[in-house]
Amino acid sequence: MSALRESLGFLTSRLRQVGIFVALILIVILFQVLTNGILLEPQNVTNLVVQNSYILILAIGMVMVIIAGHIDLSVGSIAGFIGAVAGVMIVHWGWAWWLAIPACLLVGALVGAWQGYWIAYVGIPAFIVTLAGMLIFRGLTLITLKNQQITPFPSELRALGGGFLPDISGGTSVLEWLTVILGVGGTAAILFQALKERRVRRKFNLENEPMAWFAVKNGFIAVLMLIITFLLASYRGTPIVLIVLAVLVILYSALMNNSIFGRHTYAIGGNLHAAELSGIKTKKVTFRLFVNMGVLAALAGLVFTARLNSAQPAGGTGFELDSIAAAFIGGAAVQGGIGTVAGAMIGGLIMGVLNNGMSILGLGTDYQQLIKGLVLLLAVGFDIFNKNRTGAGGGSGMARRFKWKTTPPATEAAPAAKAEPVGVDAK
Amino acid sequence: MNVPILQMRGITKTFPGVKALQDVTLDVNRGEVHAICGENGAGKSTLMKVLSGVYAHNTFDGDILFENEPCEFSSITDSEKRGIVIIHQELALSPYLSIAENIYLGNELANNGWVDWRKTNLEAAKLLARVGLSENPVTPIQHISVGKQQLVEIAKALSKEVKLLILDEPTAALNDEDSDHLLDLILHLKGQGVTSIIISHKLNEIRKVADAVTIIRDGKSIETLRLDQGQITQERIIRGMVGRDLESLYPDRTPTIGEEVLRIEDWTVQHPQDHSRMVVNNANLNVRKGEVVGLAGLMGAGRTELAMSVFGRTYGRAVSGKVYKYGKEINTSTVSDAIDNGIAYATEDRKHYGLNLIEDIKRNISMASLGKLAKRGWVDGNKETTVANQYRKSMNIKAPSVAAITGKLSGGNQQKVVLSKWMFSDPDVLILDEPTRGIDVGAKFEIYTIIAQLAAAGKAVIVISSELPELLGICDRIYTLSAGHITGEVPIAEATQETLMHYMTKEKE
Repeated sequence: MSALRESLGFLTSRLRQVGIFVALILIVILFQVLTNGILLEPQNVTNLVVQNSYILILAIGMVMVIIAGHIDLSVGSIAGFIGAVAGVMIVHWGWAWWLAIPACLLVGALVGAWQGYWIAYVGIPAFIVTLAGMLIFRGLTLITLKNQQITPFPSELRALGGGFLPDISGGTSVLEWLTVILGVGGTAAILFQALKERRVRRKFNLENEPMAWFAVKNGFIAVLMLIITFLLASYRGTPIVLIVLAVLVILYSALMNNSIFGRHTYAIGGNLHAAELSGIKTKKVTFRLFVNMGVLAALAGLVFTARLNSAQPAGGTGFELDSIAAAFIGGAAVQGGIGTVAGAMIGGLIMGVLNNGMSILGLGTDYQQLIKGLVLLLAVGFDIFNKNRTGAGGGSGMARRFKWKTTPPATEAAPAAKAEPVGVDAK
Repeated sequence: MNVPILQMRGITKTFPGVKALQDVTLDVNRGEVHAICGENGAGKSTLMKVLSGVYAHNTFDGDILFENEPCEFSSITDSEKRGIVIIHQELALSPYLSIAENIYLGNELANNGWVDWRKTNLEAAKLLARVGLSENPVTPIQHISVGKQQLVEIAKALSKEVKLLILDEPTAALNDEDSDHLLDLILHLKGQGVTSIIISHKLNEIRKVADAVTIIRDGKSIETLRLDQGQITQERIIRGMVGRDLESLYPDRTPTIGEEVLRIEDWTVQHPQDHSRMVVNNANLNVRKGEVVGLAGLMGAGRTELAMSVFGRTYGRAVSGKVYKYGKEINTSTVSDAIDNGIAYATEDRKHYGLNLIEDIKRNISMASLGKLAKRGWVDGNKETTVANQYRKSMNIKAPSVAAITGKLSGGNQQKVVLSKWMFSDPDVLILDEPTRGIDVGAKFEIYTIIAQLAAAGKAVIVISSELPELLGICDRIYTLSAGHITGEVPIAEATQETLMHYMTKEKE
């Protein structure tokens, strides 16, 4: 009975994280029913992954920028620009893919460095710099492409957008075994990691999630991973871009949690002044964040161009909004300091499932935009509402932001005093 | 004589999981100054929020009678209508608006929606005169000092025809002179029939103005002491607040002072905007191993500015002068250079400059020295937790675990996290700026003990404080600053509040 109460108390304290997860599941179930099961057909699941991969790649960089308290409105234009650059390099100049891809990532880094310079060292707000960048790089895209699309690309590059890992069974099996091995192996690795972390927390006397919640959560993640594995394996196997994405998610999650760079990013977003006075080189960190965003935007541009097999003048339009929405739906705080790569991925998937589901239903972009906008508003609104509710007892981010005075909870009030009898009453 | 104006009965307020107030009783008589004392987190501010309607009447249990009528406030507007006005510790003024606009903010003197500027400024001037300010009412708020801003807040309260004025730590950000002025004003208003409730940590102030003191501890009202019954003494208040006697306010220590660690020579700092103004002017000072050196000065004397300009030029421009450690000149031109050279600076404003309040204890402690926990840029999380646990134990940080969010800790525990952060950076010199500001009496003693331990461990410690008794209690030597100049250097044996104040107010031509 008390275990149940403990679990419930825990769930309400983590309403946001739990809520976002539940929301994703509900949306999947909703569209699965509405589309008469088309949503979770193997081919559609594969499509979902491939179609959203570039938004998810952008969302990784975006959530990092947002954690540091900035924003980047230019990523869509940068992705389009890099697509154009790739078109010129590969199609016009005839560069090999293995030369063109690093070259494009380098151009992305330079673009990021350009914006990072203005933001970090000149001190212009990121909103302004990247709004300018959105126009500048869209303009450069049009100039580079001379307003015409560049096509076709060699198959090696196209594999980045629509290719699959080779079928080791030679097409004889119903299931694609390499995918099964990767999926089951990945699931096992996630479970192992979760258990290890729980053990470490117990060892250092840190609070752990209640066992029931831990089991349900990880059991659910495992089942979900296995279902996706099964669905992918029964179509054409693992999309190459999914491998790229998985590597990025693992790498960047580790970076944000365990590297000095990641820690400094959270510190800057949480309290810039305190970070500066702790010797953190805040300008350098900000600069690097935008360079990183530039590289990821370039990668997203390559994947998108590869998938379409064409560099287009309007390529990447609106990507910035989807990736920003993904980060915020995934729990990043508007004022910085809070957010996770994993959360941004779930946020991105919510947007992706909405897009895909509504497309299957034949809803036009008019309704799609309307609904996506409302979902973003509700997600962040729920966040703020939730913070205000729990913020009454302690110093929440919102209270900090608006300088409300908050009362520290009485639990910290001098436990030493409690031992003494209250005997000095004036009568 | 003793006519009650306010009676709060059986006030109980719970937050999810926490009982912030439990059956609290508060009786305030008409025309008195009533102080509320208690450690941080005891529930003083919560009680005032209950009274002023920040927490609506249906969110707590208990009854409030104001002028013998029951009160059911849903918002601050309701309580202000009845003449109950609260002034928060963090002032609620808009920096770019004029004094007069601020006084009538939300309460504009207007005809059919159009502001009557003549009347606004005229009435504002009258109110300013009542609080003893001679400022022009059209002056923007940002151009007057914090002390005067506090008075503007009171003028604003007077404009609402206040009957009961609640002041939450009104002197926390003020120097002694401004504090005195404010306390005099409270007494003056008392003469005009305004009843005041004042929340304060400063016991000497309470003794100066209070007719009655209600002590709150752990969300319960412990007792009400009355001046006319001779009950208001420092010992009595402290005992009520912490539930025990404090033998001494300061720990005993026998200093063992060694060689000179840090010397600052000819240190001069310009004001960041006003280049003609020298905020620190040709300052020379030193601190030795195992020594606690105090920096005394009134608000604006340049104490914090001196410290921050030394610590990575984080204040001011055109900084000139030299810093020597163990006789060798060192570079402190960026914060990381200063830290690398063994200097640490714990800020006076821990909420805005010291802590990442949305992050947990361990990550705050490691923030300034992640390099010590990392290999090739990757942080060893287990080592970090181990280190944080050590500090939690040695510094007696009261929290469920080192994964607790610092924003939810009390002021004293937050300060211990800040100190842990800097101790972990393993400095030779620690500059502690107002280390006990906003901290309750029990935690202050702990902080003093930590300072004594640091000195005993051979660190050189510089303490900046506005509270002279504190400096006299813990320092071995005290420098005084006045208008950017070092005006005196007093060994502790010769230091008294009077001599220090003499140097602190001395003008240097």
